[in-house]
Amino acid sequence: MAVRAQFENSNEVGVFATLTNSYALVATGGSMNFYSIFEAELADVIPICHTTIAGTRIVGRLTAGNRNGLLLPTSTTDQELQHLRNSIPETVKIQRIEERLSALGNVICANDHVALVHPDIERETEEIVADVLGVEVFRQTISENVLVGSYCSLSNQGGIVHPKTSIQDQDELSSLLQVPLVAGSVNRGSPVVGAGMVVNDWMAVTGLDTTATELSVVESVFKLGEGMGPSNLAGELRSSLVETWY
Amino acid sequence: MDLDTVQLPVSTGKAPIATVLCATCGAPIDGSTGVAMCYDCIKLNVDVSDGIQREATIHFCRGCDRWLQPPSQWVSAAPESRELLALCLRKLRGLSKVRIIDANFIWTEPHSKRIRVKITVQQEAFQGTIVQQSFEVEYIVAYHQCPDCAKSFTGGRGLCLWWVRQKVPHKRTFLYLEQLILKHNAHKDTINIREVKDGLDFYYSQRNHATKMVDFLGAVAPITSKKSSELISTDIHTSTKSYKFTYSVELVPICKDDLVCIPVKMARSLGNISPLLLCTRIGNSIHLTDPGTLQVTDVQTSVYWRAPFSSLADVQELVEFIVLDIEPLGPTHGRFVLADVQVARASDMVSNTQSYLLRTHLGGILHPGDSVLGYHLSGANFNNPQYEDLERTAPDQIPDVILVKKSYPRKKKNKNRNWRLKRMAREESDMLPRKQDQERAERDYEMFLREVEEDTELRASLALYKSTRKNPPKTQRMEGVEMEGTREDGGAEPGDGMEHETEEEDGDDGDLPEIAIHELLDEFEEMHVQD
Repeated sequence: MAVRAQFENSNEVGVFATLTNSYALVATGGSMNFYSIFEAELADVIPICHTTIAGTRIVGRLTAGNRNGLLLPTSTTDQELQHLRNSIPETVKIQRIEERLSALGNVICANDHVALVHPDIERETEEIVADVLGVEVFRQTISENVLVGSYCSLSNQGGIVHPKTSIQDQDELSSLLQVPLVAGSVNRGSPVVGAGMVVNDWMAVTGLDTTATELSVVESVFKLGEGMGPSNLAGELRSSLVETWY
Repeated sequence: MDLDTVQLPVSTGKAPIATVLCATCGAPIDGSTGVAMCYDCIKLNVDVSDGIQREATIHFCRGCDRWLQPPSQWVSAAPESRELLALCLRKLRGLSKVRIIDANFIWTEPHSKRIRVKITVQQEAFQGTIVQQSFEVEYIVAYHQCPDCAKSFTGGRGLCLWWVRQKVPHKRTFLYLEQLILKHNAHKDTINIREVKDGLDFYYSQRNHATKMVDFLGAVAPITSKKSSELISTDIHTSTKSYKFTYSVELVPICKDDLVCIPVKMARSLGNISPLLLCTRIGNSIHLTDPGTLQVTDVQTSVYWRAPFSSLADVQELVEFIVLDIEPLGPTHGRFVLADVQVARASDMVSNTQSYLLRTHLGGILHPGDSVLGYHLSGANFNNPQYEDLERTAPDQIPDVILVKKSYPRKKKNKNRNWRLKRMAREESDMLPRKQDQERAERDYEMFLREVEEDTELRASLALYKSTRKNPPKTQRMEGVEMEGTREDGGAEPGDGMEHETEEEDGDDGDLPEIAIHELLDEFEEMHVQD
């Protein structure tokens, strides 16, 4: 399901949190409401790690990850790395990357199978992304924006891209990622969909300003709505099965 | 508050493909602008006129119908005029942040003291999105007396008065002065011009305008001026004082064609000229000519005012003579030709055969049979100490007659002139002029017009306009055609060109001097000539 949240009066949820299918990172700070929204949904499913990265709270923009791994910038301190290692599951690989473009959340956008990266990222980084996250890596832009992590929000079910993205670009990206894509916005018309929300396969958190229309777009493209959970998969399958039977 | 917003034209050729849903209303829209919100939602959410005043006050002076343009300028503007609109827009705070597309007045009843202006503005709402919006602003017209009116209501406070006087019985000099002022546009700063006995009063709001006018007049006429200031009020706290300045300007009381008798001492200092002289021109000095010897002298204004003398006789005392015989003597000076001439009084022609033999400077234009105007001195009695001195010491220096100018037979008042002069709009003295005064003014004006016709030098310093009459009478036009060759034979001829032209002239003194059409200016419609 999709919920709205606010981090200390900021709607940019994706800046202060990272959400994957196996763990979640949230920034430390004063507002407990923000944590409780995550905890209400995830507490007994995946670990939620309160952390800073390089002493800052913008954990969502500095890190990139999926179910298989977590990439951290080189400025991450040893204590933070240790804390993360202790908090998230053993199966998740954690890797610090020496990359000039250190805001990894802005330059990498990944689900569990594919990743889009900034066109200027180093080759070593690209290889590390492929190894650690276990994905296929594509150097891409989204409607001529190089910051793919900021302008694209991706899960295994679907993705939202910058509203300016043309139909052709959407088709091209969609064929690369093998998931349906839609152009959209969050937080009442904000085009920075990557930084404005976090999403995994069963939940999405968007900013408090997000309108009902935007939320419905998010729910439909990430398949988060009521009856769209794993339980309904059979129903969907059944209808297609029934169709084939006839 | 009117928030009707105009839909901007969509410039793309092909129909836009809906790619995103509007963030607020969910309508499918084209996302290629980069804004995930439809136009209707943008205009609902964004008020580009935010921060612009919707109500303002403008100040209006009832006395002079002018508007205050802050900080301190007062401008006149017609209702619903461009000027007023500019003033209104300038008054509005916050309008500089947006782009004004259109502004127009909405009609209001004038007594409501409200001015309503509809303004259309554009501003960028998000990146790449321009929103256009119209709104109305209401101005309240508040009365405010402007400083100029305040001055005029408090007894000439800070006013500058400038009066010019000439103590002669006619107005010709002022008519000439008026034309000069009009030609040089020297009157544009005056608040008011008032005609009084013996002169004109000019009113100015600023002292330097008045001094400018005094300087202008000093350059064109022989004047003496006196300044006086009267303390109107003083503020002991700020040490500011306001004065009323008065410039009194007096013109030399000698006009063209006047006979003067200068003191003998002055005559000696001016090259031992004869004391009995004829004034031939008034520039910024007095030009005097001795008709008996063609000797010419200039009396500077400063010299004149050191020892002022008055005129002995003026144009009103001219008597008509008939030329019986004329014999040029040879010497010339400019347009003057010395000649011996025998004349008889026109009024004496039938009664007796009294004739006078004398020298004249008009040898170039006189012919036997012409009529000529002159002063008859024999038997005349002047109350003038200098003349009495002259009579006592050198009675032989006084001729019987002094000829002044050729006279042309013409109707009492020529209504068929092909030219006209502009007149200044001015306020007459409080009392209505008496009938004889009016007649005298008309006679003076007619005399001045004739002088303009006869004198090219004078004409060159004035601006003459083509008459607006549709078709001049036929006879007059025919006459003009016939006169083509000999038209300019009047007293107005420059010296050298005169002689041969007068030679071929057949002595017909019936032809009048006329002004060639190329000397006249076309008149513009806005000028409002008052004749």
